[in-house]
Amino acid sequence: MGSGAPLTHADDPRLLLLSEKDNVFVCREDIPAGERVRVGEGGVTLAKTISRGHKIARHEIAPGAKVYKYGAPIGSAIAPIAPGDHVHVHNVKSDYTPSHFFDIQEVIKK
Amino acid sequence: MTLQGYLRPDGRKGIRNIVAVAYLVECAHHVGRQIISAFDGQEVHLIGFPGCFPNAYAQRMMERLCTHPNIGAVLLLSLGCESFNKYSLSKIIEESGRPVKTLTIQNDGGTRSTIAAGRVWVSKQLENLACDVRVPMDISELIVGTVCGGSDGTSGITGNPAAGRAFDSLVAAGATCIFEETGELIGCEEIMADRAVTPELAEELRAAVAKAARYYATLGYGSFAPGNADGGLTTIEEKSMGAYAKSGASPISGLIKPGDIPPRGGLYLMDVVPDGEVRFGFPNISDNAEIVEMIASGCHMVFFVTGRGSVSGSAISPVIKICANPDTYRRLEEDMDVDAGRILEGRASLDEVGQEIVTLLQDVAGGKPTKSESLGHQEFILTYKSFEPIGPACLPA
Repeated sequence: MGSGAPLTHADDPRLLLLSEKDNVFVCREDIPAGERVRVGEGGVTLAKTISRGHKIARHEIAPGAKVYKYGAPIGSAIAPIAPGDHVHVHNVKSDYTPSHFFDIQEVIKK
Repeated sequence: MTLQGYLRPDGRKGIRNIVAVAYLVECAHHVGRQIISAFDGQEVHLIGFPGCFPNAYAQRMMERLCTHPNIGAVLLLSLGCESFNKYSLSKIIEESGRPVKTLTIQNDGGTRSTIAAGRVWVSKQLENLACDVRVPMDISELIVGTVCGGSDGTSGITGNPAAGRAFDSLVAAGATCIFEETGELIGCEEIMADRAVTPELAEELRAAVAKAARYYATLGYGSFAPGNADGGLTTIEEKSMGAYAKSGASPISGLIKPGDIPPRGGLYLMDVVPDGEVRFGFPNISDNAEIVEMIASGCHMVFFVTGRGSVSGSAISPVIKICANPDTYRRLEEDMDVDAGRILEGRASLDEVGQEIVTLLQDVAGGKPTKSESLGHQEFILTYKSFEPIGPACLPA
């Protein structure tokens, strides 16, 4: 992020691309299920609502591959991830210590 | 940038003039709470250490806190049989030139009469402190800390980098800035080490994060709470990258441990993870434990970046709450000093919010209460830890 510059935008103004190296976008606002987002070739329809601050995949991510945000690795995929998929605790794990949360279904609903 | 502060005999200056009431074991806590309850809305703060077993770290922390530049006088509350060394603490406060009195509940007639005696002494101190006048204080005399808590997916994009911009301005102006929580820098060690002023310090920074990773691995949990996951953060390293942003972009001048006071202006990392084998449990059991450690290292003021919406303040030093998430700000506006979520909505830039934080810092240093101060927040927590002194490479000349 350059000094004083607005946040880096992807083609879709609802999504943020924090570094060119990243394979995820961050949602700037809640994006409802059924919305088209400009991700991948020709765009993707969201299968579920994605909340502000959550991530969706920019590219396909294979199990075992690193997930990049801020241009840095933030964990590894534990399941195949398609462009536009919600990227969270159900398909990514820490390469350091496990994340603590209550009910995975509740967490990924958001 | 010139501020105004209270000159202390040791040459440091404070931005508040507080009477601290310090209990030296949990058994004296109630008496302390009753004493301060008579001074609601005045600058009388309750701090203390609950344990009855001796601990060198806690002893040193209490020494630093009771001689903090924001403190003008100290009342010590002892039950009478605890292990805390009240004699040594009292002597250190007295040598710092501050009024100090120790009340020992077992010798001073029990609960009721100790409360009464404590209130009389505190009233007298408030009268005396009211005569103090502020003198000019240079920005180079100011120490500011930053923490984040209740983080979510917005923290690392708006609030933390905006606090980082404020840090960059302050460091450039000659102030001392401290960032912390090595357990929340796991995954950032290499990029952070590149900013160290010497290769030896870079090695110390890497080692501090590696120590944190080992410590948390032993405990089975990282510094990652369920609310972080609800807010879109997936892993500790993702949370770390967001937290790291609050350090700004200045070179890192040194590595300190809680209670070490940085020798000169610049940016410092505080290593909060104990040394040696895992002994007393989690390094910092809640955000306020970190805030207390930063204050013990001399912080006059602390920036607290939150996404989910922490409402905490602190005893001793004002806390400026920077809200990263615009939805949270709308829900908790009364608790938040800065609306950094505007950045996410395209209503402000990082530099604009960074500058707003610096302007607010000047007002708060001049006496304007922060939101948490106005609401009466005076959180304080201090628990057991053990540290080795920092190595010679940690503070390059």
